[in-house]
Amino acid sequence: MAHSGPKTPHIDTLAVHAGQSPDPATGARAVPIYQSASFVLPDTDTAAALFNLELPGHVYSRLSNPTVAVFEERMAALEGGVGAIATASGQAALHLAIATLMGRGGHIVSSASLYGGSHNLLHYTLPRFGIETTFVPVGDPGAWRGAIRPETRLLFGESVGNPSVGVLDIPALGEIADAHAIPLLVDATVTTPCLGRALDMGAHLVVHSATKFLSGHGVVIGGVLVDGGRFDWDASGKFPTLTEPYDGFHGMVFSEESAVSAFLLRARREGLRDFGACMAAMTAFQILQGLETLHLRMPRHVRTTATVVEFLARHEAVARVHHPDVAAHPDHALAKRLYPDGCSAILAFELKGGREAGRKFIEALTLFSHLANIGDAKSLVIHPASTTHFRMDDAALAAAGIGAGTVRLSIGLEHPDDLLEDLSRALRASQK
Amino acid sequence: MNFIVQGYPAWAYGGGRTFDPALPAIVFLHGAALDHSVWQWQSRYFAHHGFAVLAVDLPGHGRSPGTPRPTIGAMADWVADLVEAAGLEAAHVVGHSMGSLVALDTAIRHPRRVARLALLGAAVPMAVGEPFLAAAKDDSPAAFDMQSVWGHARHVALAASAVPGIALHGASRRLVARARPGVQHTDLAACHAYAPAVEALHGVKAPTLVVAGRRDLMTPWKSGEALAREIPGAAFVLLDAGHAMTGESPREVLHALHAHLRARP
Repeated sequence: MAHSGPKTPHIDTLAVHAGQSPDPATGARAVPIYQSASFVLPDTDTAAALFNLELPGHVYSRLSNPTVAVFEERMAALEGGVGAIATASGQAALHLAIATLMGRGGHIVSSASLYGGSHNLLHYTLPRFGIETTFVPVGDPGAWRGAIRPETRLLFGESVGNPSVGVLDIPALGEIADAHAIPLLVDATVTTPCLGRALDMGAHLVVHSATKFLSGHGVVIGGVLVDGGRFDWDASGKFPTLTEPYDGFHGMVFSEESAVSAFLLRARREGLRDFGACMAAMTAFQILQGLETLHLRMPRHVRTTATVVEFLARHEAVARVHHPDVAAHPDHALAKRLYPDGCSAILAFELKGGREAGRKFIEALTLFSHLANIGDAKSLVIHPASTTHFRMDDAALAAAGIGAGTVRLSIGLEHPDDLLEDLSRALRASQK
Repeated sequence: MNFIVQGYPAWAYGGGRTFDPALPAIVFLHGAALDHSVWQWQSRYFAHHGFAVLAVDLPGHGRSPGTPRPTIGAMADWVADLVEAAGLEAAHVVGHSMGSLVALDTAIRHPRRVARLALLGAAVPMAVGEPFLAAAKDDSPAAFDMQSVWGHARHVALAASAVPGIALHGASRRLVARARPGVQHTDLAACHAYAPAVEALHGVKAPTLVVAGRRDLMTPWKSGEALAREIPGAAFVLLDAGHAMTGESPREVLHALHAHLRARP
């Protein structure tokens, strides 16, 4: 029998309102910037209760802040999670997730198709702290399954890889994760909850670089970690950080405190407290300004991207376009299934003429900005092999779908005709 | 911590303290398809302020194994047995929603086990709509949505949370969705069927507090006020909150409970 539940706000309304009430102190309708390091403790008993998690509330802005909390709760609502923690950057969000789940001896199975900074963290930096990662092809579920070891504590991938634009089969990987009692963490920076909600598809945790489409204007660095609250830490038995007494908080057992928010409790009480990669109130305010128009911007981003993809695919100077909108892309059908309204405003392509043609192309562009970022209102271009992914060797580059001549574009909000004109002129210049 | 109640393990959250039966004890009772964590803020506070706390997971809920009890009366018998199993003569019994009916019935059926009584989000009768019961019977996600959406004040879907970084709707929905199959329906049906005689309400001897939420969509506050009128000497407190008041207004709930449970007879 079909049952119809109560109506809940649409994503458009959540993007504008969720997590925010008119300011109780002043009635301010816009989100006030609580630019305060600390919050006054009314008496010693309340102070002790706040510190000991007997009362909820703000104490010190490294742990929580009213402006930052609006962003966290809005992201939790948009993603359909139980809560969120905002961080100083997307990298800090990824580190916070990993550090909350495991320590020395832990193992991660990750997609090989990753942003260079994430690859760097997993491949070079975390081994120094005793955490190893096995990289597997994004589209090969058998490889993911085969790489799981007894000490594996996390599966990780990008919803849409940067810059190869490979699509993570979240439902399939979610099933593998559930079968092995390991959480699946998805970096949904490229898709945002506007194009598809990773938690609904089967992910357990989501991270974003909020620097990109969430804020949308290239003015801040920030990240966020959202917990779906679905993973059963006790049943898994693999996560003593969440299920055994924590000496760093009077023997608190986080999964006893709350089965659904144990992960967030530990991440905030240990990860934010001790590593300290928190978000500033001003940053949260600026991201929220962008977030209020996420549902307007994303459709435009992906619509213009489709136009650009079609143009490049037909252009004689272009050897190959990497984007799921291209029918020949290996993830074309998967992308249509998971992201029916479009999946990515970033794309990559191979120029005829290799690295030298790439240099000429980038330098001939006038509307596209040559810089290391994606998800801006302005269209962006970069040559990943020499910039964002320069630390990766040729094998890792190939595994991430990057060649010496690969050019990455992030399509902004300009008029599509103006973008095509700029691209057309630069493509001609690249072949001279 | 674990006790053996009616032959099965019973788990209760102690608020972060070792249970000391020499202290005045509070039993916290959760609502349908939920667990002890709805009392996260109040239970931890009382445990650090002179009380022994047992925020239980009712049978078949949360960390307590076994079969959910099919009637409010059977749940009340279980609570009385828990009080005894914990080595207590009596305890303050505090219940929310379905837990308020269990608390009330414990005071009716086992008066010597209840020192003081607090009923939050309470209504007698607590009628549950047929579409809600039917959705719960099928373990439909629509039933999880009904409980989380109607379980909060209407504005909560878009408002700032009392708990920084936690989305109350999302957390509530996920907690209900984690309940074992059939548990939500068993609980709701038990609430729907509970019909104590008015004389039983008149006979409640434990000093009683009824706390209602002005924005409660599930148990309208006037039902709570009416219930308070039927219990001799009951105090009534009205909060600016919805049904899930322990999470929506944790401090206000704490203050109301604190005033009631610290009072001397």
